[in-house]
Amino acid sequence: MTAIPLPYRVVETRPETADTVTVRLEPVHEALPPFAPGRFAMVYAFGVGEAPVSVAGILPDGGLLHTVRAAGAVSRALCALAPGAVVGMRGPFGTGWDLPLAAGDDLLVVAGGIGLAPLRPLVQAVLAAPQGHGRLNVLIGARTPDDLLYRGELDGWARPYCGITVDRPGAGWRGRVGVVTTLLDEALFSPAGTTAFVCGPEIMIRATARDLLHRGLAPDRILVSLERNMHCATGHCGHCQLGPLLLCRDGPVVGYERAEPLLSVREL
Amino acid sequence: MGTATTDSACVLDRDGLDALVRVLRARGRTVVGPTQRDGAIVLAELESAAELPYGWGVELEGGHYRVIRRDDEAAFAHSAGPQSWKNFLLPQRVRQWTADRGPDGELTVRPERHDPASYAFLGVRPCDLRAIAIQDRVLTGGRHKDDAYRARRDGAFLIAVECTEPGATCFCVSMGTGPAAGPGYDIAMTEVLDGAGHRFLARAGTAEGADVLAELPHRAADPATRTAAHEAVDAAAGRMGRTMPPVDLRALLAGTLDAERWNDVASRCLTCGNCTMACPTCFCTTTEDVTDLTGDHAERWSRWESCYDLDFSHLSGAGPVRASGRSRYRQWMTHKLGTWHDQFGSSGCVGCGRCIVWCPVAIDITEEAHALHQEALDKDSPS
Repeated sequence: MTAIPLPYRVVETRPETADTVTVRLEPVHEALPPFAPGRFAMVYAFGVGEAPVSVAGILPDGGLLHTVRAAGAVSRALCALAPGAVVGMRGPFGTGWDLPLAAGDDLLVVAGGIGLAPLRPLVQAVLAAPQGHGRLNVLIGARTPDDLLYRGELDGWARPYCGITVDRPGAGWRGRVGVVTTLLDEALFSPAGTTAFVCGPEIMIRATARDLLHRGLAPDRILVSLERNMHCATGHCGHCQLGPLLLCRDGPVVGYERAEPLLSVREL
Repeated sequence: MGTATTDSACVLDRDGLDALVRVLRARGRTVVGPTQRDGAIVLAELESAAELPYGWGVELEGGHYRVIRRDDEAAFAHSAGPQSWKNFLLPQRVRQWTADRGPDGELTVRPERHDPASYAFLGVRPCDLRAIAIQDRVLTGGRHKDDAYRARRDGAFLIAVECTEPGATCFCVSMGTGPAAGPGYDIAMTEVLDGAGHRFLARAGTAEGADVLAELPHRAADPATRTAAHEAVDAAAGRMGRTMPPVDLRALLAGTLDAERWNDVASRCLTCGNCTMACPTCFCTTTEDVTDLTGDHAERWSRWESCYDLDFSHLSGAGPVRASGRSRYRQWMTHKLGTWHDQFGSSGCVGCGRCIVWCPVAIDITEEAHALHQEALDKDSPS
């Protein structure tokens, strides 16, 4: 199911923020092979085009959640979909979050903005099997309090820690203000036995990874999810290159020992 | 009539070449080969071997291409032209699928039927034979296969012609791709033109190649023709117009991402993308989604795309990753010579020289590689 889109029906839409919507999709006929946290689908808006969208929820009935921020033509079309609409889906593509790598470790899940979406199914997988690892820390950064995703769910994620910080506080915000790395002081983890999962804007990924390295995490225990332009998702269109990597194939989740030298070259 | 096998060479005369085109067409194949047209040697469908560019050669330099009259009647004494075989195996525009939206919003997607022409490519240079193998690896060697490409490729019959007349922009010896034909051909030929006449030493690489050769008027290979053919190819190896620096190019490119030379080449590069269009291995495509006037019928097309386009690396909300010309030339060259190894297990360059010839400002990938090498040496041992 990698070349031809399969029809999926929008069965529910949930506005997350002013520009971000979570859609629940169910296969009209045949379902795609199972997704895993961190992997992505190419979602086709009829006549407009396709966009790579990480899976934000993997439902037991074959349904999928995707959280989409209206940024380009395709994502705007996807955000405007109403229940009953049909989209095309290809996938699953790419590397996922390697949770088995983190067996027994404390976990740091660090998200910036829409970057929380690909991390959500990872958090859910951890919550569903809490015996497999140490402490779960979820660190969330958002532009403003209004840009927070999944607000109704976050309370259940503090096992033991879920922190939120915003860049610009609105009226009535009593929480933290500042970059997401400031939450690391509150998180509960022992660096030598910790695996981090990081997704967000590239500058946030680099700043987070730098802090984590400074605190003693090994580079290959910092997993980051990267973004590049992508057309085919099958390794044939050439757009998603990051140096030696084809991110549709070798990513989007990459160990920081591989990502760091590539991200440090301007315009690579 | 003798029987040609995969391990026995035979000799064809010009009437054998005529018969070759006839036999392939009788087998239902579309024969494509070089022909002289519009001041260039182009690849086009051939109805007979008479359309081959007998007596034409080419004069090549950076940003310079001229067909010239030769003083002999050689058919294949010309090096790479403006096109390559990817124009046929990976056409510039391909419809991938069509989709209809029903009254209830139902989506029906119909895959494109792959019913390609059954090609025979006559006159595939060894460098281009390798280029085809490289594109095979990119498009069908990974987890996901491009079925349309594979259908076109599986149906193609390849007649390699070894190189006896390299151009001034050729460097296949540096890239290890020629001038002798590597594996992958159905038939390989070497053109011989001497006092004993105009003839072609031919050998089959596949059973079908042997079948085809057996149908042609031919004679057993004589020692003089064998010797003349081998000497012509050996001599070609010594007459390459260009070289690459004799170093591990992958390591060179990986280690020079911040070189000053990129600024120098960026000051000359127009980011026009000609090199990517002419390159026989450049495979990048973009997708186009279109609808008809009703809005209920949509199509997905793929189209050649160049990494020199500003949009190539565009990210919604963030703009292009590679905004400068410097970064785009660097992307092309480091991919071609370096990171292609990481991605697909070989170099992406075959040394055909097309990118040099068809660059409007004569940027020369070999000159750039030598300059990077020199800059790296200077950096390692400051004077």
